[in-house]
Amino acid sequence: MAGELSVAGADLELIDVRKDFPGFTALDDMDLHIPAGQFFALLGPSGCGKTTTLRIVAGLETPTQGRVLIGGKDITDTKPHERPVNTVFQSYALFPHMTILDNVAFGLRQRKVEDPVAKAQAALDLVELGHVGERRPQQLSGGQQQRVALARALVNRPSLLLLDEPLGALDLKLRRQMQIELKAIQMEVGLTFLHVTHDQEEAMDMADTVAVMNKGRIEQMGAPEALYDRPKTAFVSKFLGQSNLFVGKVVDSNANSVSIEVGGSKITVDKKRAEKHEGTIAIGVRPEKATFHESKPTLGADHVLIGPGEIIDIRFTGVSNQYLIEVPNVGEITVFAQNVGKSPVVELGAKVWISWKVEHSFGLRDLPDGTEDQG
Amino acid sequence: MAFAAFGSSAPTTQGQTKSGRVVLALLLPGLIYLVLFFVIPLVSLVLTSLEAPAASGKIGEYVPGFDIGNYSYVVTKYWPQIARSFGFAFLATIISLLISYPLAYFIGVKARSRPMLQRMLVTLVIAPFFISFLLRTIAWKQLLADHSPIMEWAHQVGLLSPSQSFIGSEAAVVFGLVYNFIPFMTLPLYTSLERLDIRFLEAGSDLYASPAKVFRKITLPLSMPGIISGTLLTFIPIAGDYVNASRDFLGSSNTSMIGTMVDADFLQNRNYPAASAMSVVLMGIILILVTWYVRKSGTEDLL
Amino acid sequence: MKVLRSFWSGLKRGSLPVYSLLAVVFLLTPIFYTIVFSFNKSLRRNTVWNSFTFDNWTHICARQDLCNAVGNSIMISLISTLIATALGTALAIALVRYRFKFRSAVNFALFLPMATPEIVMGAGLAGLFFNAGVGPGFVPTVIAHVMFCLSFVVVTVKARVQTLDPALEEAGRDLYANPSQVFWKITFPLLLPGVLSAALLSFALSFDDFIITYFNSGSVNTFPKFIYVAAKGGVPAQANVIASSVFLLAIIIVLATQISGHFKRKRLQHVK
Ligand SMILES: Nc1ncnc2c1ncn2[C@@H]1O[C@H](COP(=O)(O)OP(=O)(O)O)[C@@H](O)[C@H]1O
Ligand SMILES: [Mg+2]
Repeated sequence: MAGELSVAGADLELIDVRKDFPGFTALDDMDLHIPAGQFFALLGPSGCGKTTTLRIVAGLETPTQGRVLIGGKDITDTKPHERPVNTVFQSYALFPHMTILDNVAFGLRQRKVEDPVAKAQAALDLVELGHVGERRPQQLSGGQQQRVALARALVNRPSLLLLDEPLGALDLKLRRQMQIELKAIQMEVGLTFLHVTHDQEEAMDMADTVAVMNKGRIEQMGAPEALYDRPKTAFVSKFLGQSNLFVGKVVDSNANSVSIEVGGSKITVDKKRAEKHEGTIAIGVRPEKATFHESKPTLGADHVLIGPGEIIDIRFTGVSNQYLIEVPNVGEITVFAQNVGKSPVVELGAKVWISWKVEHSFGLRDLPDGTEDQG
Repeated sequence: MAFAAFGSSAPTTQGQTKSGRVVLALLLPGLIYLVLFFVIPLVSLVLTSLEAPAASGKIGEYVPGFDIGNYSYVVTKYWPQIARSFGFAFLATIISLLISYPLAYFIGVKARSRPMLQRMLVTLVIAPFFISFLLRTIAWKQLLADHSPIMEWAHQVGLLSPSQSFIGSEAAVVFGLVYNFIPFMTLPLYTSLERLDIRFLEAGSDLYASPAKVFRKITLPLSMPGIISGTLLTFIPIAGDYVNASRDFLGSSNTSMIGTMVDADFLQNRNYPAASAMSVVLMGIILILVTWYVRKSGTEDLL
Repeated sequence: MKVLRSFWSGLKRGSLPVYSLLAVVFLLTPIFYTIVFSFNKSLRRNTVWNSFTFDNWTHICARQDLCNAVGNSIMISLISTLIATALGTALAIALVRYRFKFRSAVNFALFLPMATPEIVMGAGLAGLFFNAGVGPGFVPTVIAHVMFCLSFVVVTVKARVQTLDPALEEAGRDLYANPSQVFWKITFPLLLPGVLSAALLSFALSFDDFIITYFNSGSVNTFPKFIYVAAKGGVPAQANVIASSVFLLAIIIVLATQISGHFKRKRLQHVK
């Protein structure tokens, strides 16, 4: 079945794409390259330009400037119906006046592909909806409609499949289940998927590569683990998971590392994990990489140590506990501790020191909003 | 240049010019039609209303001019008809509204839980549209004729004095106008009441408002769009109607309206300037009233 | 205030259904009368009940002039409905789907004909044709009918276009349909119910129009004109027959679509 549908995907390139709406720039000099066969996720908050990007790739919107290439071919001026691209719309956009089977066969019939009904039926079988072909879209549940929309796009074997928050309208449980199915289908058919979402968990779960978008630009792109391990901007560090960020002037710099001073504590980062090595920089650490101590520990230069501070909030989330610690002159620091029974039992108001390994620090390219360059 | 006017205000890219062309193709035929057969006739009506009789003095021949006299002529001669037209229109519109509102409320709100009943009632309300309004008016003329059972009864209970006829009276004309225009009033009312969210009413009662207060503070304001379009759809055609008032239908020679005079001047007397002046007066008064009404009710965007 | 209060206390007593029933009976009374008198064995004037007969129904064209008038009415209504629906649908799509500079001006211009009494439009058009040296007749009548139907078509179709999700057309373009295929396979079928009701309304308005027709048709007779003229002397029962059959036909069509729609909706709910 998959053999019927699978076709080698093509790669997509956006070069210097810009989109201006009256009085508003939705996309700002965007460059993007998606290798063939990848599951690529475009992740960003609502309004950052994700849908606009997809619409430009699909040809439903004309870029103000820049080129769009698919499989190396410039398609910027090609009309939507002449592009080897199909879309799964956010609202599914199933044609209400046609049966499910006719919906799925629509693209095949337009292109006069042979035996459209059998192929449409095969696509419906692939999404496990072979039995609903004669029904109307209004008669299906949200999850079923979503899968029909997927089948209707997949059946055309596009070089590139665009998915605009395809799971956004589903409830949490169904969404997680569909994530697994979608990923399995992508592996089966081997097409290039460009998946748009504002759900970071969804993006991290499914994608080979994630691009984090903010205000019409791509802030950072990479494998999910790499993005999480080494965010390069304040926005990425906060949007993908949580981060503790510290801003200060570089006071120490050697061949391997740089350090800043914040409220009397020295915070160090490996040079190869830092984007900037001089002036005022921001250094961050993930909450689960930090630990706290009830008495001041003795640690080597391979650790960062801050404190003492006071625990001002404790949350039990099941797997882990989240501690919020207020350190004078430094600010609030979040620490996650696994709930394995070994972690120190502390109470609200306890005095603690916080530490982490220098290799877990990351240095940012920019400063978080609301902080000033101290240079 | 015309393209730029119809394109969106965004900087003109290729796509925009194209959509500008599509808009133009969609709009132009209809707009040209509107100009040719609506705007130009109105302008020509105004011009004709200023024409003066030709030197030849032949009936039906006039020359272009600027003869305001036509207006003073029609206003002094026909002021009873003008007053009657608008008096009838006011009265019939208000009565229609009072009759239609409870009906529309029942269909749009109370019958909501029974969609089949609701649809049936809507069908019955629009049913009169499917049968000639002239014949329906004639039917009333016969049902309310002097020796009909209804009139016998009216005389017996003393609604009418023994020598009094109903047909031919101003009341009969207003009755006919109300009857003929109730569907035009009920339908828009129904449309806006049908959309009314019952939860508003429930929230209102929940907050200790009496039913009358809920009606006045919630139902009535929310159905305002329906009231506006209903009254406009009723008032305007009634002001221009003259069939109900005609002596062959429900009226008599004492119930003539503006339309009666336009008909007489245009088609019989061939006094085109007078007929035109009369039409312009009718149109002018309506435009002033409608503008005032729409402004006052603050629903300009409704149009 | 007092009126309101009594209205509401009346409501409580459940008299609203009774009131509504009476109102509907009031609306239908002359229709019944018209239908009943189509079976009257009348002499020249069909005003007093004489005796029951099917003759009027079996000899509809006993008055040839009446049948000719009805034929003209049907022709005029069909042609003007076609033209008004086409022009009005295009206008409605443009007004809802596109943003352009004079959009609200166009909206207002299309409202104006509805704010113009028939007599003004009729006299204006007749004056225009007179000045242009075109006598009244069939073509001027069709032109006039298109004009007064146009705005009603625009309003009706606009309401339908507003409910149409633009993503559906985009999905069509995405699935290899060119612009004209998108229109005929997606936009048009989805607009069709709105276009059909606009056409039905347009036909009803046109078929029943008297005043504008009276000013512009000259020697061409139509059904309403026939009745208006006959009202002086007496309307033949055949006129009742024709009005009744048009009425019954229309009601059957409306009821059939409503009932089938009702069951379709029921079925949809059921399957879900
Ligand atoms: N047709 C349009 N006209 C004007 N602004 C638009 C239009 N489409 C989108 N925008 C604006 O562009 C920005 C990006 O929109 P979008 O790409 O839909 O965001 P996302 O899909 O990431 O939520 C938003 O601020 C939106 O308001
Ligand atoms: Mg979006």
